[in-house]
Formats: sequence, C-alpha cells, structure tokens
Amino acid sequence: MRYERVLALDHLDLVVERGQAVGIVGPNGSGKSTLLKAIAGLVEPSTGSIEVFGSAPHKLRAGTIAYVPQVEAVDWSFPANVYDVVAMGRFPRMHPLVPFSKHDREVVAAALEALRMTDLQGRQISELSGGQQQRTFVARAIAQEPELLLLDEPTTGVDAATEDALLALVRSLVAKGLPIIMTTHDLERAAEWFDRLMVVDRKVLAFGDPQTVLDSGAYAGIREHVHTHGHARVDPDDAGTPA
Amino acid sequence: MSDLILAPFQYEFMQRAFVAALVVGTLCSTIGTYVVLRKLSFIGDGIAHASFAGIVIAYLRGADYYFGAAVVAVATALGIGFVNRRGNVSLDTAIGVLFTGAFALGVFLMSRLPSYNVDLQGFLFGDILAVSRSDVVIILVLSCFVFVVLALLYRPLLYTSFDPIVAQASGVPTGFISYTLLVLLALTIVVSLEAVGIVLVAALLVTPAAAAFQLTRRFRRMLGLSIAIGATCAVAGLYLSYYLHAASGATIVLLVTVVFFIAMLVRRRGNRAL
Repeated sequence: MRYERVLALDHLDLVVERGQAVGIVGPNGSGKSTLLKAIAGLVEPSTGSIEVFGSAPHKLRAGTIAYVPQVEAVDWSFPANVYDVVAMGRFPRMHPLVPFSKHDREVVAAALEALRMTDLQGRQISELSGGQQQRTFVARAIAQEPELLLLDEPTTGVDAATEDALLALVRSLVAKGLPIIMTTHDLERAAEWFDRLMVVDRKVLAFGDPQTVLDSGAYAGIREHVHTHGHARVDPDDAGTPA
Repeated sequence: MSDLILAPFQYEFMQRAFVAALVVGTLCSTIGTYVVLRKLSFIGDGIAHASFAGIVIAYLRGADYYFGAAVVAVATALGIGFVNRRGNVSLDTAIGVLFTGAFALGVFLMSRLPSYNVDLQGFLFGDILAVSRSDVVIILVLSCFVFVVLALLYRPLLYTSFDPIVAQASGVPTGFISYTLLVLLALTIVVSLEAVGIVLVAALLVTPAAAAFQLTRRFRRMLGLSIAIGATCAVAGLYLSYYLHAASGATIVLLVTVVFFIAMLVRRRGNRAL
C-alpha cells in the first residue's frame, strides 16, 4: 500500500492516506457537510486552507474528486434514466469530441453492477426509491474512477440492504487503494466502516483510530455539551471548517 | 399540389424567408431544450426585450442592427448570469428590472425620432419577409457558431443542466459553462429577432422543447424531437402565413403552441412510448 498525502488541513496535521476510509462524525451544525464541500472545492474554507493531492481542490484535473451529496437537489423530472445518470460519471474525463469507448461502457456497467442497479438501469430516475437514488448517485461517482471519493451521509434514510451494499463497496474500494472520506451519524459501526475517525464540532476535536477515538469520549463530550445547554446548534453547516 | 408547395418559392424574398425560418426554428429549439431544462425561459424573454435598446441605439448611430442587438443581448445575458451566481437580488427580480428598463430605453429613444420608424417596429413582431441577403449570411454564420459550441459542450452542458453541484465537484467548469450558454442564448435571440420578433422569440425558445418534454423521458430524444418540432413548425408556419396572408412570426408561434397542446394530450392519454 502506498502512503501518500491525500488531504491536508491547514493548522492541523491531518493526513488522509491512500487506501484509507475516513469517517467524519459530529452533531448537526458541526460543519461536517461543509468540510466535505470544502474538500470538494464547492465552498471556500472560512479560515485556513485545504489541499488535496498537494493543490487547491478546484485546481485539480477534472475527474479527480467524486462527490455524493447528502441530498441530491436535482430535478427528478429530468429526462434521464439510471444508465444516463451513471454514464455522466464518465463525462469529466472525456474529450468533447470522442464518443463513449468500450472501456467507458465497461466502467459504467461495472459501477451499475457494484451498486446492484444493473436490473434497474432503464428505469426513469423519477421512479426510484430513496435507496435506489442513493445507489444511482454512488454508482455515478464510482463510474468516474476518481482518485478521492467523498460521501455525505450516504446511509441516512436508506434501507438496510443498501447500507450493507455501501459498506461492502467502501471496503472493496479502499482495498484497491482509493481514499474515501465520508460523513455519518452511525457510531455503532464506525470501526467496521473506517480506518480513521474524525470528530468535528466546528473544529476537529479528535482524529485517529476509530475505537481509540470513540473510547476517548470526544464524541460523548459534545453530546453532553449540547444536552446540558439545552439547545441544538441552529446555524446551518456554514461555520464548520476547522481552523 | 406541387404548385401549392412551390408557389411561394417564385419570390426571392420568400426563398430567403424559408432559409431564415428553417435555421431560426432549428436553432431556437436546440438551445430551447437547455432553456426548458434549466428553467431559463424568463431570461430568454428578458434578453430579447433588452436587445431592443441595442437595436435602436445602433439605428441612431447608423450602425448594424445585429451588432447593436448582439452587444446589448450578450451584456444583459452576462449581467443576469452574474446576478444569478453572485447577487443578493432574486433572479426573477433582477431580470424583471433589467429587461423592462432596457426595453423602455429602446422605446424612449425610438419615440424621440422625428418620424415613427417602421423598420424598428418590425423588430417587435418580426418581419421574416424583409430578411435581406446579408441578413441570411449573418443568420447562417452566427447559427453555425452556436451549433459548433453547443456540440463541443454537449456533455458538460448536459451534466451541469442535471446536477451542477456534483459536476462542479468533479471538476466540470460550471461557471464557464453557464456563462457560455447564456452568451449562446443571447446570440440565438439576436439571430431570431428579425424572423419572429422580440415579443414572440421566447415562445420559439420554450414551446418546441416543452412539447418534446411531454413526449419523451430521455434527453437525446427530447433534443431531437424539439428540433424536429421547431424546424417543421417554423417552415409550415411560414407557408400558412403566406396562404392566410397573416403575420409570419405570429403564425409560426401559434402553430408551435397548437403542437404543444397536442403533445400534452398525447401524454395525458398515457402514451409515453417514445
């Protein structure tokens, strides 16, 4: 396994390596989604800087990062079926004048297969269940053949079968050397999913081996804090990039 | 029967008009597919109205209509795009302010001319029979440019139309793509002004694609159907207007509108086989 710096957060010696799945946990409003968006280059970090493969995220070659948002804010009546959407994953890397190659089609077929969507590839996206939608968008991300995969709470609101499929997929991709960063609410299975766990509440509170981090009580501390102060954080995910 | 079809072609101005109708119908319905899917129809209407100021200013300074219209249309398109991406003003408010303001400027300048100008009024409702030889050349050149850029940007345009956030994360230059689309939209409108006019061009942008959207649920088919409907209706509408002695722009738009309602009825009957 190669050890190469994938992600660096300013002021913090956080290094994500190839072949690692990193879980980000934190309460609502802790900024974990914003952190993921900043890594994807969709928002500027409010302070500090983020480097992915040694450069600013938006300066990376097209197709480097694949991002699956928590809620897909797409127009579900868009004229596309599952195959069309997954095939879009190939677009960032393709030359504008070159049609889909055999390789492109194979990658799309493999991505559909990996997410168990092959039988549904002809289905209109408006007719998918929540779990099927999620699997479609993860398949599109896989079809991109990214060098870094970002998943924002992919297991929220999906059925158990989809969750198991996602877990198996994440572990198999990590085994092939792909670094994955993923936010989650699910602490119970953190050790199954991740090689590293990051606890975030506007800043990074803990980072390391999942079991060690959970045992350290860093996450329990936040919960206690929220509880004793009697209110949840109401500000949206806009302040959370670690400084 | 063949006389009926060929009769209009005995006039050279009708030949030019048919070329213009075919090109404008094809171009509008192509870019209209993106206008419908990205919900830009109000922007299209706004750009068309704003360009009137450019036409009048060009007239006053003795410059080419197309040049004046293109400058103002592209500037309006980029301004709207900028407000959309950066501004605190809501998009429809910004368009509402910009396009009525610019349109009013055009009307104001026109009303101060010594004699009320018929040429300029032609741009409001279109006068496809007045399309000159040089107009046809400009229409063809601009259309080719728009088609080539659309073809080159086919994939990023499709991706950003469907899912701009994820497209941006994967490195698709979404800002560049949406500004480029707005510029192409502005050029399309400029090309179409003489044929269908400022007031009616939005219909030619939206209606063929909206009709196609009723009939299919695949992007490529929607694009193809939209072009087929737009081009056919533009040419057929021109024929109709010739025999009915009616205004060509209005006849074309009425025809597309009828096709839209037929498409809606077809879909309501559950036929989504296409």
